[in-house]
Amino acid sequence: MSYFFEYRGITKTYPGVKALEDVSFGVRRGAVHGLMGENGAGKSTLIRILSGDQQANAGAILIDGAEQKFASVRDASDNGVMVVHQELQLVPDLTVAENLCLGRFPSRAGFVSRRRMIADVQAVLDDYGINVDAGARVSALPLGARQMVEVAKAAMVKARVIALDEPTSSLSSRESEVLFRMIARLKAQGTVILYVSHRMDEIFQLCDSMTVLRDGRLAAHHDSLEGVTRAQIVSEMVGREISDIWNWRARPLGEERLVVDGLAGAKLSIPGSFTARKGEILGFFGLIGAGRSELMRLIYGADPARTGRVMLEGDSYTATDPRQSIRRGIAYCSEDRKHDGILNGRSVEENITISARRLWSKGGFLRPGREAEVAEEQIRQLRVRTPSRFQDIANLSGGNQQKVILGRWLAEAGLRVLIVDEPTRGIDVGAKSEIYDLLYKLAEQGMTILVVSSELPEVMGICDRVLVMCQHRISAEFTRDTFSEQALLAAALPDGQNHSTAA
Amino acid sequence: MTSTLKKLLLGEQGLLVIFAIALVLVSVFVPNFLSTRNVIGLLQAVVTVGLVACSMMLCLATRDFDLSVGSTVAFTGMMAVMVTNATGSIPLGILGAIAAGAAVGMVNGIIIAKIGINALITTLATMQLVRGFGLIISDGRAVGVKEPAFYNIALSNVFGIPTPIIVLAVAFLVFGIVLNRTVFGRNTLAIGGNPDAARLAGVKVVRTRVTIFAIQGVMAAIAGVLLASRITSGQPNAATGLELSAISACVLGGVSLAGGRATMTGVMVGVMILGIAENVMNLLNIQAFYQYVVRGVILLFAVLLDNLRTSSGIRR
Repeated sequence: MSYFFEYRGITKTYPGVKALEDVSFGVRRGAVHGLMGENGAGKSTLIRILSGDQQANAGAILIDGAEQKFASVRDASDNGVMVVHQELQLVPDLTVAENLCLGRFPSRAGFVSRRRMIADVQAVLDDYGINVDAGARVSALPLGARQMVEVAKAAMVKARVIALDEPTSSLSSRESEVLFRMIARLKAQGTVILYVSHRMDEIFQLCDSMTVLRDGRLAAHHDSLEGVTRAQIVSEMVGREISDIWNWRARPLGEERLVVDGLAGAKLSIPGSFTARKGEILGFFGLIGAGRSELMRLIYGADPARTGRVMLEGDSYTATDPRQSIRRGIAYCSEDRKHDGILNGRSVEENITISARRLWSKGGFLRPGREAEVAEEQIRQLRVRTPSRFQDIANLSGGNQQKVILGRWLAEAGLRVLIVDEPTRGIDVGAKSEIYDLLYKLAEQGMTILVVSSELPEVMGICDRVLVMCQHRISAEFTRDTFSEQALLAAALPDGQNHSTAA
Repeated sequence: MTSTLKKLLLGEQGLLVIFAIALVLVSVFVPNFLSTRNVIGLLQAVVTVGLVACSMMLCLATRDFDLSVGSTVAFTGMMAVMVTNATGSIPLGILGAIAAGAAVGMVNGIIIAKIGINALITTLATMQLVRGFGLIISDGRAVGVKEPAFYNIALSNVFGIPTPIIVLAVAFLVFGIVLNRTVFGRNTLAIGGNPDAARLAGVKVVRTRVTIFAIQGVMAAIAGVLLASRITSGQPNAATGLELSAISACVLGGVSLAGGRATMTGVMVGVMILGIAENVMNLLNIQAFYQYVVRGVILLFAVLLDNLRTSSGIRR
């Protein structure tokens, strides 16, 4: 069988780490090829080598039988290779059209022809069914639309190989559909698409063939997905069988602990109210932008509330400051770890002790022994995979970073409510089930846990009760016996007449 | 062999190693370098920049910036002289200088951390404002000291070591402890690592940043008093360009302008490298104009070395 695109014996080492070892696989012309693996398995490195951003220590990339040597990102894109990263690479202050034409502005005698550029780009966008104005500034677009623009950019240069790194992580399901249609079009044009995703559904829906990486090595290559099962892929990814990663068990719930009464703020227009009980895992499901994170941030005091109150075991207050909330026993793990979760450049130890150290430090002085002890305890208890507590947290995988942030709160005393926002986003299967087990354990000890998640199987898998939010409103409530995928999704989707915010 | 050398130079202590090598070379090849007189002169020459670099380190560690320190040193030196002249009391003069420095720092801090204006712009403005105030109150001329005892602040010594050097040593010690052993120091680095995350983790981000600017003002005032005493007058044009020397020293010492990374020993070495370079060039009678070139080269070299270290991945 002849492949249009091939990785041959790719090896990449960083000092002390072998990121990739002798990885070889090929993709046929016009095929969508899935790339899966736990975090740290080497997917990103493989993509980076393709993009020209990094160079392999050994091995080669072949396109249409010809060996390629990419010295830079520019070099790769000139040779028809485009990579759409999770962190988008658009210039926010330029228009969509300018971004798409960057480096190759249509010009006449050195002058950029704005009108022609916008018309050209608009034609491409319309052609792919992307509902975005070519003259709009990128910074004014929602995240999902930006992602689409990035993919359109790859389509516009008529790339021969396009790699998409977790493209749907910031898309609503409707936007994902548009993306999938684009992929189908590109595929029909003979483009090879490398599709990196943690979402099994998408892999099965889109891909013709796939590769699984584990610890920098090729764990499996499927030239066709016929007869391949999810369980098989999961076991290829982790090297062991995971039967039921949810593992939910019934547990007795205690008295009402948290009452949220009509909280609204600058980013949440409709006041939200709900109650949660001791030992309960309460889920919040909805589309991106439904207002779930915004409600959580108001409860925590991360954003100021305009109206409403929080009542915690009878003690009624308006949260104005995260410090206050922590002292009251409420902790919050944010949705975007990189943005407002981890302290970059600081050690695992410091990331764990940052908040709880007030419990033992005296007169503003640290107690290094105690800090180390607490950090070691959390690392052990949460099974954080790190060479030592001195390791810079930025070097840990997503799952381990998440564990460190959970450790930050578990080091606190008297925690009563734990809010986790997208607790397993971008986290591999193995770490996921460890995090779920931890949440169950905490709930059994009486912790009230609020889980925000955009993954339907996850909220249904781990929560005792789910509130669905839609366009800033809590639109429905479900208990375990009334859970159904259709019902939850239906409650999350906006009505036909006012769907403008979901675009 | 080469790999051990590489490890040594690019490792965590790389700067220290290079500093030690340079020190040995200079001691051997530059006549009079190790004489007591020269060493004390060298240390006295770095007091001003060293004191300011201590607080600049905290400032940079939170991703902030302070360009107003040079002006503040001149202004507070002037305040010390003028208040002392007016009241006849040196302690009151020193107190006045420190109050003025703290006030400048607080204003910087409140505008930057509370209102949220860019630190570069804000301190660029206050740098000119404060320099202007200094020129206005002195009418652009040096203000002589009427109280002879004022000279003694810089001239006095403890066991033969001049007081300013003792003050600098104490500052290094105190700031080292603050950075490594206090909640405040750890919070400073945490804010530099990620201000949003630090706030959500319960750190008082705004208050910490304002405090750091106030400390910066106080350190500038201490440096200002010592400088005024040493040059026996309040000079409105003193300490021009000091802010850049202090930032250079910090960067030389491995403090990251992106925040979250700073060590006191690094900054001490940074200060000493700049001081020694200047001192050696003076001893070798190299024209002052070349000193700028050499300082620029040293700074670029340090930044390139740091870049090499980060990209080689040995550091972390």
